[in-house]
Amino acid sequence: MAKEKLIPIGPFHPLLEEPEYFKFRVEGEKVTGADVRIGYNHRGIEKLAESKTYEQDVFLVERICGICSTSHPFAFVQAAEDVSGIEVPERAKYIRTIIGELERIHSHMLWVGLAGHFIGYNTVFMWAWKYREPVLDIFEAISGNRNHYGMFKVGGVRRDIKESDIPGLLKAIDEVEKFCSMLTKAVMDDPVIQARTKGIGILKKQDAIDLCVVGPVARASGIAIDIRKDHPYAAYDKVSFEKIVMKDGDVFSKAAVRLLETIESVKIIRQCLKNMPQGPIDAGIREIGAGEGIGQHEAPRGEVIHYIRSNGSNYPERHKIRAPSFMNVPSFKRTVIGQSISDAALITAAVDPCYCCTERMAVVDNDTNKVLLTGEDLVRLCQEKTEKLKGKIT
Amino acid sequence: MTVTKQIKDKFKDKVEILEKSKKRIYISVVKEDAKDVARYLFSDLGARFSTASGIDTRLGVEILYHMAFDKNGIVVSIRTLVPKPELEMHTFTDIIPATEWIEREIHEMFGVDFIGHPFLERLLLPDDWEEGVYPFRKKTFESEKENLER
Repeated sequence: MAKEKLIPIGPFHPLLEEPEYFKFRVEGEKVTGADVRIGYNHRGIEKLAESKTYEQDVFLVERICGICSTSHPFAFVQAAEDVSGIEVPERAKYIRTIIGELERIHSHMLWVGLAGHFIGYNTVFMWAWKYREPVLDIFEAISGNRNHYGMFKVGGVRRDIKESDIPGLLKAIDEVEKFCSMLTKAVMDDPVIQARTKGIGILKKQDAIDLCVVGPVARASGIAIDIRKDHPYAAYDKVSFEKIVMKDGDVFSKAAVRLLETIESVKIIRQCLKNMPQGPIDAGIREIGAGEGIGQHEAPRGEVIHYIRSNGSNYPERHKIRAPSFMNVPSFKRTVIGQSISDAALITAAVDPCYCCTERMAVVDNDTNKVLLTGEDLVRLCQEKTEKLKGKIT
Repeated sequence: MTVTKQIKDKFKDKVEILEKSKKRIYISVVKEDAKDVARYLFSDLGARFSTASGIDTRLGVEILYHMAFDKNGIVVSIRTLVPKPELEMHTFTDIIPATEWIEREIHEMFGVDFIGHPFLERLLLPDDWEEGVYPFRKKTFESEKENLER
């Protein structure tokens, strides 16, 4: 029997948004055990939020994540509004929806690019990131920022979308749709990508239910949950779009769900821009009463949920934040065991856990603690396997 | 039949139900019965465990288990009080595997011991964090007094 080896991955990966530390046990090429340790980036934001006003907290939670920076303010303002049943003006709801969907497009594209890099398809990486740029330009046109848009506030939004800008934005959206469709088709029809990602890192439907995974990870395993449809908020009940659900639960399904979703997002944005009613964008909330509230938002990675307990002052008494990766990351244990080590990087990446790990990945001999493989080696292994497959197929 | 009615029929006087709005339901229950209610919601009614949140109160740590009903678009929160000073609670990991991480988080942040948890180790705090210091406990008169005397 081959000797068991331990592979620590992390805690700091330049490809992940947050440091995480994975430990894989391997026998030969096969992964036999997996463990994960988080907390390296714990900044005590929940505690900090208790000492800031509701107005300040919106900016604070926006800085939780650099990629999906609107997800947390979206959930936070809805939680605060839920405390005393604040009604948000219609126009603000549409603007919120537009921001949320633009973010989904750029976040999914970023993921597709990185996944392409992992399997040695740097063309996919270059394309996806190139076509992500126009989305950031639209953000800049609407909010003045490419990231951290500062658009949200309790009771509405901070900036309006000018009527005169809408034709230009619609044109830009058409361009984005062209890129998304092209990329989706190119990636999903590629025989090498199919061979490389189908049947790998499967999360079974029952496991997905037990672990309560959310977002694209759940939808790829056949669970049709999407907060936008199931718990309608903002303007999501006024636009038509498809819930993308796949049944295989492998890496390919996860990629397909994300790619197809970008096209649905384009549809939503177009409908919002066209149907946006005139009117105020802010309810002018002066204070939040006592009570408690829950806010949910379907972020690119899945459901974000915020819980606020208010004692009637302008500081929350308790503010609980739950990001989607908190539910999705533990699914590693069920997906990576029994797979080959050359797929480990891809499978861990498929959850889109806020990526950054590869540079510090290292394979260490269990007895001597000697580094056998580094992060670059793991990505190289993953890329070499693709090359081999390519040779067979073409 | 609505979710509220199903819960009321099943647990009768054991639960106190507050319908805050059409989408938000809060159920108060003593800690001994909380697990039965959670099991019923998760296994029989098909709810999805969303998260749990703790809050330090004068009497103990209040835990809310937020369960989402994606088919009906409502969130049901099971509210229970873990009284001081023991702070012991039954683990839910055997009925809902997804609660593993959040119970670890509540354990290290509030000092609640989840009896029967398979791996009640630190999740977020560093390994060299001082034992017995729980960051999410509110400051009390007694603890402040101790600090002054130190």
